[in-house]
Amino acid sequence: MISLSEYLIVAALLFVISVAGIFINRKNLLVLLMCIELMLLAVNINFVAFSHFLGDVTGQVFVFFVLTVAAAEAAIGLAILIVLFRRRRTINVDDLNSLKG
Amino acid sequence: MDFNISTLLPVMPEIFLLTATCVILVIDLFLSQQSRMFTYGLALGTLLATIAVVAFVGNGESQVLLHGAYIRDPMGDLLKVALLTVAFFSFVYSRRYLEQRDIFKGEFYVLAMLALLGMMVMISAGGFLSLYLGLELLALSLYALVAFDRKSEKGSEAAMKYFVLGAIASGMLLYGISMIYGGTGMLDFAGVAKAVASGQTDKMVLLFGLVFVVIGIAFKFGAVPFHMWAPDVYDGAPVAVVAFLGSVPKIAAFAMAIRILVEGLGGLGLGWQGWEGMLIILAVLSLAVGNIVAIAQTNIKRMLAYSTIAHVGFIFLGILAGEGAGHTAAMFYTITYALTAVGGFGLLTILSRKGVEAENLHDLKGLNEKDPWLAGMMLLFMFSMAGVPPLVGFFAKLFILDALVKAGMTWLAIVAVAFSVIGAFYYLRVVKVIYFDKPISQVPVTSAVDARLAISVNGLAMLYYGLFPASLLSLCSLAIGG
Repeated sequence: MISLSEYLIVAALLFVISVAGIFINRKNLLVLLMCIELMLLAVNINFVAFSHFLGDVTGQVFVFFVLTVAAAEAAIGLAILIVLFRRRRTINVDDLNSLKG
Repeated sequence: MDFNISTLLPVMPEIFLLTATCVILVIDLFLSQQSRMFTYGLALGTLLATIAVVAFVGNGESQVLLHGAYIRDPMGDLLKVALLTVAFFSFVYSRRYLEQRDIFKGEFYVLAMLALLGMMVMISAGGFLSLYLGLELLALSLYALVAFDRKSEKGSEAAMKYFVLGAIASGMLLYGISMIYGGTGMLDFAGVAKAVASGQTDKMVLLFGLVFVVIGIAFKFGAVPFHMWAPDVYDGAPVAVVAFLGSVPKIAAFAMAIRILVEGLGGLGLGWQGWEGMLIILAVLSLAVGNIVAIAQTNIKRMLAYSTIAHVGFIFLGILAGEGAGHTAAMFYTITYALTAVGGFGLLTILSRKGVEAENLHDLKGLNEKDPWLAGMMLLFMFSMAGVPPLVGFFAKLFILDALVKAGMTWLAIVAVAFSVIGAFYYLRVVKVIYFDKPISQVPVTSAVDARLAISVNGLAMLYYGLFPASLLSLCSLAIGG
């Protein structure tokens, strides 16, 4: 039997990987979008694990909403990425430097 | 629970706004670019009608419905009216600016109204689920709005930065929510509050979750050290969008902070060990960084972004000052600040012409010679933000400081006053540039009648609420107390 804390550790690891990915990655915006998705999925593992061990379904309901929102978020993120690429011809994170101060 | 359509009556404002927005979206499809004014008129009409519906369903009591997911209470009603009013001003300011840049499209108003819907859901949220959904509806609409001018390079970059940082913020908030859910087994604020008060929950888990939730709130407010997005987004987005984005969401963020921190996690305030300590740090840092960095800005949009950060510090101080007077003062501050900010940015949209953005300080030079009335309005906005009596910004600050001193946090009041004095410098610099510098271009300022009327009402409201602050303060006090 896998205990609750093991699920939480996996979720926390995924969460840390995604945050680290966002801050370390200086190359590609697409990787950044993937990290954001990973972050939401880590949260979902948390919710499902708690929901199971508490014997309460609301956590799983929350997961469905998070999944839906994540899909909408990815759509908007990719749309902005396309607009950006049309203007700049690059999706390199380091090139996003025209706004400063 | 048996379903009865009358139980949905308190949700009417949201249902009405959603329906009207969808109808406008469809109508707009069949309009030619020449008749786009019709969409604009419909959008303004919808906002006014929604205010009327909020007033119609509102009463002094609070109702909880949809299994605790939705709360209708006097605080929510007042915040919704303020939200829609400020949005009305921003819509009026935006029209000519959008026309001149060939982005006068129905989508602008539809997206802004969807954002408003999200904010209304946030204000009325009774649990973490509805709050999160409202927040995401707001955020997704705003990302699209920031990138609205697709021809602008700065706009798409700002949108990308806003998107990434906003998504991290929602991720953090969600992680915190999942921890609080794990600790209490509840997702509605009343249930969470009860579980926290019972003392049978693991406090470590709750505090761990609390840290992430506070980070999420701080991101949405734009409080230091989670403020990095604000200056870039304000700088890159079209001014018409900034007028909306820089003012209206603050009201929703205030409601979010009150709902989560006070109604849900009120038992975890705990002085320095709980969220009160975190808010103190955020508030002091925001006041310091906002006011000091704003001095170094020559771009007025960036300057106002840092000024927003400083004002957020004040709102946090009001929340810290506690139930009753503190929250009333914070609510008063939030509403009046939103009204001031929309005016300040609205003036920039009026001053912008086709191909020319009024965004640097020198664009305002000699405004008094070109258009004394608009210069006077800008004077009112700047003095109000700086907190010069008899304008409303002075009383907003005064009420917060008063509540802080009464709550025994005199040192915080002293810090706030010290940084406000520093902050007065850059507001007065704008006034100096308007009144005492020579204009660099002789192009006259032209403004549309509707925007001119709105900016006059907006500016004079600063004066009116400054002379008679009790009219709004008593409303806030009733709303918080009820």
